[in-house]
Amino acid sequence: MSFVTGLKCRECGQTYPKQPLAGCEHCFAPLEVEYDYEGISRVLSHDTIAVRPKTLWRFRELLPLDEDPVVGLASGSTPLVRAHRLGRALGLNELYLKNDSVNSPTLSFKDRVTAVAVNKALEFKLNAVGCASTGNLANSVAANAAAAGLPAYILIPDNLERNKITATSVYGAKVIAVKGNYDEVNRLCTELSERYPWGFVNVNLRPFYGEGSKTFGYEIAEQLGWRAPTAVVVPMAGGSLITKINKGFKELERLGLLKNEVRTRLFGAQAAGCNPIAAAVKRGSSDIQPVKPSTIAKSLAIGNPADGYHAARLIAGSGGWAEDVTDEEILAGITLLAKAEGVFTETAGGVTVAVTKKLVQQGRIQPDDLTVIAITGNGLKTTEALNVEQPISIEPKVAHFEAAISGLAARA
Amino acid sequence: MSLKLTIPTALRKITGNADVVEVQSGTVQEIIEQLDRSYSGFLSRVCEDDGKLRRFINIYVNGEDIRFLENLSTRVPEGSELSIILAIAGG
Repeated sequence: MSFVTGLKCRECGQTYPKQPLAGCEHCFAPLEVEYDYEGISRVLSHDTIAVRPKTLWRFRELLPLDEDPVVGLASGSTPLVRAHRLGRALGLNELYLKNDSVNSPTLSFKDRVTAVAVNKALEFKLNAVGCASTGNLANSVAANAAAAGLPAYILIPDNLERNKITATSVYGAKVIAVKGNYDEVNRLCTELSERYPWGFVNVNLRPFYGEGSKTFGYEIAEQLGWRAPTAVVVPMAGGSLITKINKGFKELERLGLLKNEVRTRLFGAQAAGCNPIAAAVKRGSSDIQPVKPSTIAKSLAIGNPADGYHAARLIAGSGGWAEDVTDEEILAGITLLAKAEGVFTETAGGVTVAVTKKLVQQGRIQPDDLTVIAITGNGLKTTEALNVEQPISIEPKVAHFEAAISGLAARA
Repeated sequence: MSLKLTIPTALRKITGNADVVEVQSGTVQEIIEQLDRSYSGFLSRVCEDDGKLRRFINIYVNGEDIRFLENLSTRVPEGSELSIILAIAGG
């Protein structure tokens, strides 16, 4: 049973029946899935959600599937962790991590979007799936396509981290490394989507795909006792996630499922080497000037973000802000999170932590703001970004251990 | 003095379903005006009323986004590849 009424252009309002379609045929803007919220409000309540299994399908009425999902069944319901030690380090009294670095099946928030998109490809009876990816999406499309028995064609920039390639190829996906940056890969993928009758998850399935990210917001609210936080800090690549987290809060509010009014300030995080959305926000504009990315945060290296305009507008309208941080700050962010909370995130998570630190220092996030930071990917995927010391090697003798430990203590 | 322009599906209703059209070299602006003469309404589909390129359309000259060049004033030499691509994918 589906509550989807169709697709609607975000800018001009033109409506379309549900179908694989990248954007509005009239003004070319992105499309949003439209729902029968009255119908949803009759069946979805705190009680109906509470008894469902802990996966993102707890919110299935708010997701655009017409049939029961067959892949991605264990995705979502990732931990919301109260981060006391990181909070103390940053100067925040009520800080939480939404930890999608342990999402299923491929350890990033992209498992939410592909759970919807790959099932949607099956519903539309498309005979293959594809995507342009900076890595996390590649992993997730490949895994869910394998589970669905669909061939997957994955296009990536040719400078991607080794583990992200391994964790795509292993599923039998056809991986094509394109000589160029993500924006060039994405352009090629858009052109291919006009030639091949496949489900390109972030092209012609993108309106549906993006809806999966709303569950990141639903879960935060549910885990906070059905409250929207005061502030969220979200990494931005294409800019979609931050807009969909906001949509998630707003939908819960509309359905009467929140105890507070949504006044969440949205904070976007980017790398200084790829900051087109943050730069627009700081200029007081929503006009995105594309950039040529140069950052270790490869998963965020989108210089021409499809939802940049929408994200910049929403951030400004929420009273939030966007910031960007250097590669050194990103690495410090990764190690700060690991040492304070025992959570190992990839470079994008380092961006988020480092930007949060900056926003607190700027006074844009206040010490008592209930703040949630989005940790969207796992550190094991980008280990080459870190330059960790080799362990001390000793003979199996107590005296050698003691000498080694006192050496370490002297260095600390 | 001609070059090839790739048309996205969303604009092919205007170009009589042609996916590639031949145009004379010039600036991107001149080429769009040229196309508007051949295919009435082309300009208003691609540009806003104030003449700026629509927000969700990107134009590439030999693979480079014209926003890294000189926007609509970018000169497109003979033999170049010019593409119009919708900007709503990815991420």
